Amino acid sequence: MFSEPTKSVLISEMESPIRVLVAKPGLDGHDRGAKIIARALRDAGMEVIYTGLRQTPEMIVNAALQEDVQVIGLSILSGAHSAIVPRVLELLREKGMTGVQVIVGGIIPDEDARDLERQGVAAVFQPGAPLETIVSSVREAAASARRQEPGRQ
Amino acid sequence: MLKASYGAEDVTDPYLPAPGQFPYTRGIHETMYRGRLWTMRQFAGFSTPEETNRRYRYLLEQGQTGLSVAFDLPTLMGYDSDHALAEGEVGKCGVPVSSLADMETLFEGIPLDAVTVSMTINSPAAAVWAMYLVAAEKRGADLRRISGTLQNDILKEYIAQKEYIFPPAPSMRLVTDTIEFGAKHTPRFNPISISGYHIREAGSTALQELAFTLRDGIEYVEWALERGLAIDDFAPRLSFFFNAHNDFFEEIAKYRAGRKLWATLMRDRFGARDERSMKLRFHAQTAGCSLTWQQPYNNVVRTAIQAMAAVLGGAQSLHTNSLDEAYALPGEEAATLALRTQQVIAYESGVTEATDAFGGSYYLERLTLDLEAGARESIRTIDETGGMVKAIERGYPQGEISRASFEYQQKVEKGEAVVVGVNRFQSDDDKPIETLRIDRAVEARQGEKLRELRKTRNNRDVERDLKALRGAAERDGNLMPRLLDAVRSYATLGEICGALRDVFGTYEERPHI
Repeated sequence: MFSEPTKSVLISEMESPIRVLVAKPGLDGHDRGAKIIARALRDAGMEVIYTGLRQTPEMIVNAALQEDVQVIGLSILSGAHSAIVPRVLELLREKGMTGVQVIVGGIIPDEDARDLERQGVAAVFQPGAPLETIVSSVREAAASARRQEPGRQ
Repeated sequence: MLKASYGAEDVTDPYLPAPGQFPYTRGIHETMYRGRLWTMRQFAGFSTPEETNRRYRYLLEQGQTGLSVAFDLPTLMGYDSDHALAEGEVGKCGVPVSSLADMETLFEGIPLDAVTVSMTINSPAAAVWAMYLVAAEKRGADLRRISGTLQNDILKEYIAQKEYIFPPAPSMRLVTDTIEFGAKHTPRFNPISISGYHIREAGSTALQELAFTLRDGIEYVEWALERGLAIDDFAPRLSFFFNAHNDFFEEIAKYRAGRKLWATLMRDRFGARDERSMKLRFHAQTAGCSLTWQQPYNNVVRTAIQAMAAVLGGAQSLHTNSLDEAYALPGEEAATLALRTQQVIAYESGVTEATDAFGGSYYLERLTLDLEAGARESIRTIDETGGMVKAIERGYPQGEISRASFEYQQKVEKGEAVVVGVNRFQSDDDKPIETLRIDRAVEARQGEKLRELRKTRNNRDVERDLKALRGAAERDGNLMPRLLDAVRSYATLGEICGALRDVFGTYEERPHI
């Protein structure tokens, strides 16, 4: 349909879709929230990889690397966030994936939420957060990931 | 689609026998709460067995009439407190019980022959029940007299709550082992509580909750019959657990339709003759997923209305949620207020005077008929799939629930479903409430206790019993005697479940959005 040059211009102007990993770390199996978020992000045009349940920080970071995502969304309702999230951040640093943004959702007390943000989490969402807000936060995080690693799409 | 009002023309089946009469639509007892109030059974467990024991004693002093154990996630998944995967989870969502020693501490000073105890445990239920039975026995209680309930409903784990360990077939075998053992040795204990609660919390509709739960019940009955048990030897001890959600009349109708359906199924499909086999007894819990983080005091009101529906629907026991449960496990003050809510309904509201007080209401009767018809149809669909295990393997109930959950969430996002304080009537100055925090030191303390236990017990006995358990798991036959032996030698839950994992393998769900 297009001659070669036109096509390449079009592709570079159109950003490839945002890639997000939605993960459920820890032993908890309550996946209602994770699934709703995954579906909402997909409906918003993103490429969503859902890990399924009981993923260790190592499994999550490996999946993020393999799937080449810009954003990792962690859903934690069990209160284990203070043990799990710092470990994910640490592994990302170890693997040099510092551009990948981490967003956390779940039952996270205010104090812990501020603490996680100080440690490098891009955003924390507590119960009742509107999907629209979460979707735009993922978009912003992905944009920031792309700015930090402009070589990657 | 609901109409604005209902009349005699809506009640197409006017056949409505009195309470206490088959099919028990109006209740399983003639006089209901005049004879005996429901059991006020608040679900509790956190931090350590010592701390939880203190909360149990406090709740009993406050007039609570039964206990209900919440176990932490490592325990629910069959891991000891010192397992690598337990990191950060010990004592967080419940109490850790890694061995008989923890179970003994949990019930110290509580008369196990007088208080009924419910235990919310599923995959490792047979092993945890063995710990409870041995603890009771050591305290001199007669197993034929002790009473309580084991949740032990693995099917709803695959469907909704997802705390599974083993694949469906060996899991169903373990459940059947407990039903068989119970029928012979613990005639007053409910070996299973077939649960719709978690299905609803995962986002199902009331109809899906009802239909999937009853179909799960059918599956357990079929496995027990296959084992060679006679229907009336075990069916009287099958118990149920339903959610008490926001839609007041729909919830009451759900319990009524459930009783009618179960009675009919037991009599006509399974040939039960004993009336007790046909009577659906249930525990209810108010809807945790309806509680909001915003304006948490509104949760007290929601819980009171939901609890009222459970009572007007004829529940045998009830848990009312605490206002702080969108944040954390309940603190003592919030837990007391939740119990007081039940006491106000029981002793002040007057709703206990007449059984099935709304019976005969055009609207309620229509809703009951609709839920009954809908559930019958859904049960037929699952029958045609080849049963619930097959349906689960195909992801059928899981998919139906995800869809319902997403549809509801979209209504909330659009403001079509109102959540007071969240998408309407918001306020900016929410005052923070005090919540319970579990210290990470709990993890170290539990680990220390386990190391001590492994040093002081007779490890040769433990090895012998675990080997015997593994051998028995490889063959046919009831595993309860082997589990009781292992527990008596203080084999830990992690060791016991580890032995069973070796033989049975583990289950993993194919992740799908």
